[in-house]
Amino acid sequence: MTPRACDACTSRTWLLGRMGGHIDRFRGRLEHVLELDDDGLISAAGGRTRARLRDELESLDLERVRARSRAAGLETICRCDPAYPPALLALPAPPAVLHVAGGLGRLLELTAAEPVAIVGSRRPSEYGREVARSLGRSLAVSGLTVISGMALGVDSAAHAGALDGGSGTVAVLPGSAERPYPAAKRALHRRILTGGAAVSELGPGTSIWRWMFLARNRIIAALSAMIVVVEATEYSGALVTARVAREIGRPVGAVPGRITSPQAAGPNGLLAAGACMVRGAQDVLDHLFGAGVRLAGAPRARQPPAELRPLLAAIAEGHETPAALGRAGFGPDQGLAALAALELGGFVRRGPGGRFSAIP
Amino acid sequence: MLARIATFAIDGIDPRHVWVEVDIRSGLPAFTIVGLGDAAVRESRDRVRSAIMNSGYEFPQTRITANLAPAFLRKVGPGFDAALAIGVLAASGQVPAGALSAYAVFGELSLGGELRDSPGALAVAEGARRAGLERLIVPRERAREAALVDGLEIAGVSTLREAAGVLHGEPLPALPAHVHGAPARATAATTFEPDLADVRGQAAPLLALEIAAAGGHNLLLEGPPGTGKTMLARRIPSILPEMTRAEAIEVTRIHSVAGLHAAGLIQTRPFRAPHHTISAAGLVGGGALPRPGEATLAHHGVLFLDELAEFQRPSLDALRQPLEDGRVSIVRGQRALVFPTRFMLVAATNPCPCGFAGVGDRCRCGEPDLRRHQRRLSGPLLDRMDLLINVERPSEEELRASPETSSGRARARVATARERQRRRLEATSATCNGEMDARIVRRYVRLEEPAERVLAQAYVVGALSARGRHRVVRVAQTIADLERHDRITQADVLTALSLRQRGAAETALAA
Repeated sequence: MTPRACDACTSRTWLLGRMGGHIDRFRGRLEHVLELDDDGLISAAGGRTRARLRDELESLDLERVRARSRAAGLETICRCDPAYPPALLALPAPPAVLHVAGGLGRLLELTAAEPVAIVGSRRPSEYGREVARSLGRSLAVSGLTVISGMALGVDSAAHAGALDGGSGTVAVLPGSAERPYPAAKRALHRRILTGGAAVSELGPGTSIWRWMFLARNRIIAALSAMIVVVEATEYSGALVTARVAREIGRPVGAVPGRITSPQAAGPNGLLAAGACMVRGAQDVLDHLFGAGVRLAGAPRARQPPAELRPLLAAIAEGHETPAALGRAGFGPDQGLAALAALELGGFVRRGPGGRFSAIP
Repeated sequence: MLARIATFAIDGIDPRHVWVEVDIRSGLPAFTIVGLGDAAVRESRDRVRSAIMNSGYEFPQTRITANLAPAFLRKVGPGFDAALAIGVLAASGQVPAGALSAYAVFGELSLGGELRDSPGALAVAEGARRAGLERLIVPRERAREAALVDGLEIAGVSTLREAAGVLHGEPLPALPAHVHGAPARATAATTFEPDLADVRGQAAPLLALEIAAAGGHNLLLEGPPGTGKTMLARRIPSILPEMTRAEAIEVTRIHSVAGLHAAGLIQTRPFRAPHHTISAAGLVGGGALPRPGEATLAHHGVLFLDELAEFQRPSLDALRQPLEDGRVSIVRGQRALVFPTRFMLVAATNPCPCGFAGVGDRCRCGEPDLRRHQRRLSGPLLDRMDLLINVERPSEEELRASPETSSGRARARVATARERQRRRLEATSATCNGEMDARIVRRYVRLEEPAERVLAQAYVVGALSARGRHRVVRVAQTIADLERHDRITQADVLTALSLRQRGAAETALAA
């Protein structure tokens, strides 16, 4: 397949990237802004900019734009192409061009079945991080593709879990697909590209503005068969993803959290509004395919040695630190060694502050 | 007429023999001091003149030249006053010049003729003994301290007149009370020392503290504010083995030179906790006239760096040589001064910038904050930390419960473990497990088969770096010594693993 993008879509994408921060200053919902045609977008910009943008768009060298994508190692496909992911067409303003790092063929293959998005807070609790990771892993093991935004926190944990589960995962980036954003996730980006794909609406070299995150969220929502919110505060972008998903008819799931935790306000709110309760990969599978039709793969059938099981159970019950374990009857002389054994065996993970969490 | 008397200059923390030569010639009345003295030495002329006259002696109305030899050594401070005054008295025949050869004199004078308290008397006494002198005249406040040096008679005098009396052959004044054989720790005063019995809960940190003390391992305490990190650190000296007499004298000398200590022998290991705004020179020593820094004041004791992440990078970097070599050399002019710095490094830090990581949902730090915090902490200093302990708030029941242990009990266990190490490491440069380098570890550390397996597994799954593995083995050896295991068992390695300090590469922030 020779990927291509038609002239109209290519110049549209260029225009969005060129307008950058102007779009942030527009009043109104981003969906409506993105529904404007090229002329409408330019008109919405202020006085002198307007004329300049028109000139630039007029004299735009489309071949150079395409060459830049090629040079960045990206494959492109536009919404006029029959192979364009049909799921995205459910959006009122689907991205004009998809820029794909890691292979267009792979992206189409990974998103063909029933991909699931796992999204959430950039500052999750250790518990949230662990849930995102294990959900990603179990879904991957069950043969589903995990889609997320590679943001800090829940997103990254979901990707990492899917990679642990040994399957490709799709990252939808706000800027350009070949460049990791946030930059701290360089290593994760590299790992994702080895077996999965990174995709973006905007072309290489685009500088990143606020609206691009919301625009990215709509792609995540549309590309997935279901989206799951793990942890999110009331103002989280993950809730925007959930809202878009609901508007275009994608099921929304949420992982319940403690009512006292601000990070649980988002998912609990969604649950109250009728979202699907997600307690694990099986809930997702049941919702997508009908109860009990497909069973979640068991990522880890093994058990720790018998003498370590009571300790693991105590950690899973919420005795998360050596001191708490001491109160539960596991003194430091034996307990510390047993904790290290569990950690080495991959049954628990040690987080900040020396807090242990069971790996589900 | 010429008179000559010995005294000592303090160079860093070491005594340097100085001859005070006083020559009296006929001529116009004048008093000059030569021999590279600083302002305090120059001003000493006026103190000496007034002190001599106010003590009822006669100040010669002739030409007086005093020389401080050797001439190349820079002389600092008022400690030469007494020697100059005695020199003038001897040169003018008011005290017998013949008696001077066996004496050293040290101290500052007041205008009224009293000898004032002058820091560094112990160093001076050591110099006097080394120079083969028999008697040392020091200010009375410093007599007990100087008397710690064997084979030297100490005359603690409070006035110039008493000093002259000693030279006239009067009996030496008795030393102030409590000099010899002050009991080590049993005195009433020591019961107020910090003790592990003050700690409630904290079972795991207490265990780690004991391990750190037993093996001389540097230690990082991590925990939210107010959980007791400083409290625990302050109690480490109480479980370290007692200082030998040689160590105690060394510590006393350093603290005396620094002017921090006045009487008798220091018997508790020093605990120094500099504030995090300290400069590199303050930490390791320095200044135009080098003075010992906190690292040297903590020699044979504990250097505690609270809020490690707040220290300036240059200060922490300056600690590398002292940690590595057990001493620091400071070069000034053409000379290098060496200060000893064999201390146990204990540092405390919050787990994250807000301090509440891992405490329910209280932490408001994002991943980048945590990363930045980790970066601030990491670096060469952290590489020297063998143990990491997470300190938590004790629960209400624990606060009301009886203490887990006491310093006495812990100290006994530590002493046993140290003895085992001493015997094993006799032939090496290391004195405790914390000082073992890779070569010594290979040669002297033996692991049981299952222990080897666990270690290999930890390495393979990436929980350890190569350097981290080395640290774990050292700590495991100390645990084995505490448990009296001849070879390191699997449980020893596992315990060491759970107390390991995770370098940036080993931190499970990745995801």
